[in-house]
Amino acid sequence: MDTQNTAVLLQTVDRMAAPAGECPPDAAFYRRMALIRRFEENLLELFAAGKLMGTTHTCSGQEANAVGVIAHLAPQDVVFSSHRCHGHYLARTGDAEGLLAELLGLPTGICGGKGGSQHLCRGSFYTNGVQGGIVPLAVGAALAEKRKGTSAIAAVWLGDGTLGEGVVYESFNMASLWKAPVLFVVENNRYAQTTPVEMGLAGTIRGRPEAFAIPTAELDTTDPREVWEAARDPVAAVRGEGRPFCLVLHTYRFGPHSKGDDFRPQAEVAAARARDPLLVTGRRLDPEERERIDREVAERIAAVTARLAGGAPEVR
Amino acid sequence: MGPRCVDALNQALHEAFEASDRVCLIGEDVFDPYGGAFKVTRGLSTKYPDRVYSSPISEAGITGVAVGMALRGLRPVVEIMFGDFICLAFDQIVNHASKLRAMYDDQVTCPLVLRAAMGGRRGYGPTHSQSLEKHLVGVPHIAVAAPSAVHPVRDMLRRAILEDDRPVVFLENKLLYGERLLEPEGGRFGEFAARTSEGLYPTVVLSLGGFEHADLTIVTFGGMVPFAMRAAEELLLEEEVYSDVVVLGQLAPPDLTAVLPSVERSGRCLFAEEGTLTGGVGAEWAARIQEAAWDALEAPVARVAAADDIVPCAKALEAQVLPDHEDIAAAARRLLRQGCRSRTP
Ligand SMILES: Cc1ncc(C[n+]2csc(CCOP(=O)(O)OP(=O)(O)O)c2C)c(N)n1
Ligand SMILES: [Mg+2]
Repeated sequence: MDTQNTAVLLQTVDRMAAPAGECPPDAAFYRRMALIRRFEENLLELFAAGKLMGTTHTCSGQEANAVGVIAHLAPQDVVFSSHRCHGHYLARTGDAEGLLAELLGLPTGICGGKGGSQHLCRGSFYTNGVQGGIVPLAVGAALAEKRKGTSAIAAVWLGDGTLGEGVVYESFNMASLWKAPVLFVVENNRYAQTTPVEMGLAGTIRGRPEAFAIPTAELDTTDPREVWEAARDPVAAVRGEGRPFCLVLHTYRFGPHSKGDDFRPQAEVAAARARDPLLVTGRRLDPEERERIDREVAERIAAVTARLAGGAPEVR
Repeated sequence: MGPRCVDALNQALHEAFEASDRVCLIGEDVFDPYGGAFKVTRGLSTKYPDRVYSSPISEAGITGVAVGMALRGLRPVVEIMFGDFICLAFDQIVNHASKLRAMYDDQVTCPLVLRAAMGGRRGYGPTHSQSLEKHLVGVPHIAVAAPSAVHPVRDMLRRAILEDDRPVVFLENKLLYGERLLEPEGGRFGEFAARTSEGLYPTVVLSLGGFEHADLTIVTFGGMVPFAMRAAEELLLEEEVYSDVVVLGQLAPPDLTAVLPSVERSGRCLFAEEGTLTGGVGAEWAARIQEAAWDALEAPVARVAAADDIVPCAKALEAQVLPDHEDIAAAARRLLRQGCRSRTP
């Protein structure tokens, strides 16, 4: 009863050079996080150069979450994300070319340029730009996979601010009642646009899924290995026991909410930058290897940008 | 006389469940023995316990769950108990179900059927009696279907579930549930000659003048159909006015194919609906009919609809707000006097 051809699906997933069940080596984590970082820095540069239109939401600073959790997902698993989705997409697919083409509005983009930054789809990866709206879709997808007997699970990413949306709780409730194999991943980066979490969220984050009897784990780290360790048992439980789990990842974004809208104390940002996931992981690499990865990633982004955006006219 | 509408709908669900194990259903209070507030889902949970989800009161959530299921290859049916509550699912319809296929560049489909009970005249009051079709007909990439007493209701619902890859909003009129469906005999419904178009949600054209002659075209759907037929019969008896009653099965996207020949015969057209007037379904259809049949029209397309008001509980007050056969007949008489220009030969 499977809907997607596994061979086709496999082409849409890039598993960071680790066999299933094994933690990717630091170099693989580092390479993928560097790809995400450089990809998004490049986007901001393209905006500044007037070559990109619309909006973007960078996840710089949060990359360890994306790579650490997604390393556990099997090719047939279904991933849902939100407006801040580039990191999740690249962690899942490694497809910088398709994503940049999409953002540039080119026909070769993964959605033919129709979706842009917030509305991505490739294989079993889906995002949408309405906060919270996609969360019940993940529950439905999880139930569908269970019904089809594929052993696939669904994972859905949401932010602290999105916990203000009622449909999130409808989703928690149904996932718990109907034993949907879905992993909710809440990235608490402490802000929703300009609203600090203390202003937008009463009580606790973990109290919310737990109120629906969804087992929950919390973590505050920028080390992808630690994220990977923390996600291992939850992913196994969701798959093995066919029920939901919620992972709350405390984190911080280095950049503005979208492009120029940052009102946070600079000291706070600086403190977070000291825990940069690239520094944390890079320290464990041989310096020469780290430089080589940095160079290769930069060259790859430069090459794809030159190819796709080089001759592109300014859009404004 | 055919089966009762509720039984036809119930049978369609059973047939769809039987035909494909990808079909499932989510709704509030849909388990047996209750079988849904209007009894449309009776027997399903007993026969297919693992494919029927009796849900919490979460219209947005269940619609979203169905969208996720549809994305992943199932063919879910959602029951919205009272159509008024479709408002809570609006984000899922407008920003998710309808958009996914287009914005993902045709990489996915989202085949789901959202059934909802619309309409008043049962004394349920302002939040349980509305006809909200107009809020849905302007949403691109969905189909809005409305069965009526002259439609092949069972086929319509079964085919919506099994054959339509679009999100379908399937709007059932509450009064219709208990009614027996009319079945054509020798191509006629009583005094009316009848023609049913092709397609999943056909247009049924009823003609008192045997498709030869018509003075008036009444376009309508759903719960207004009996009122339109009655008004047409009275107009014939009292004024010798021959009407066609064009019964839409698909409100959107609008397809004029079966409407235009009648309008070209009659030169006068009236659109009747139970929802409120302003920004109504009739506004869209009137504009399209005028654009397409301007040369044939002798007067602007007239509209009969509910007052721009709440639907009150008390029967007498409700009757002042909702349109019936008398309102249609009165509007028809005004329209027939209107002949503001001579018809282009
Ligand atoms: C329903 C809805 N309301 C408002 C917005 C505008 N908006 C986009 S992102 C955002 C903040 C989201 O905060 P959070 O969930 O914490 O995610 P983060 O941006 O921090 O990753 C807002 C208000 C939206 N996209 N959708
Ligand atoms: Mg946030």
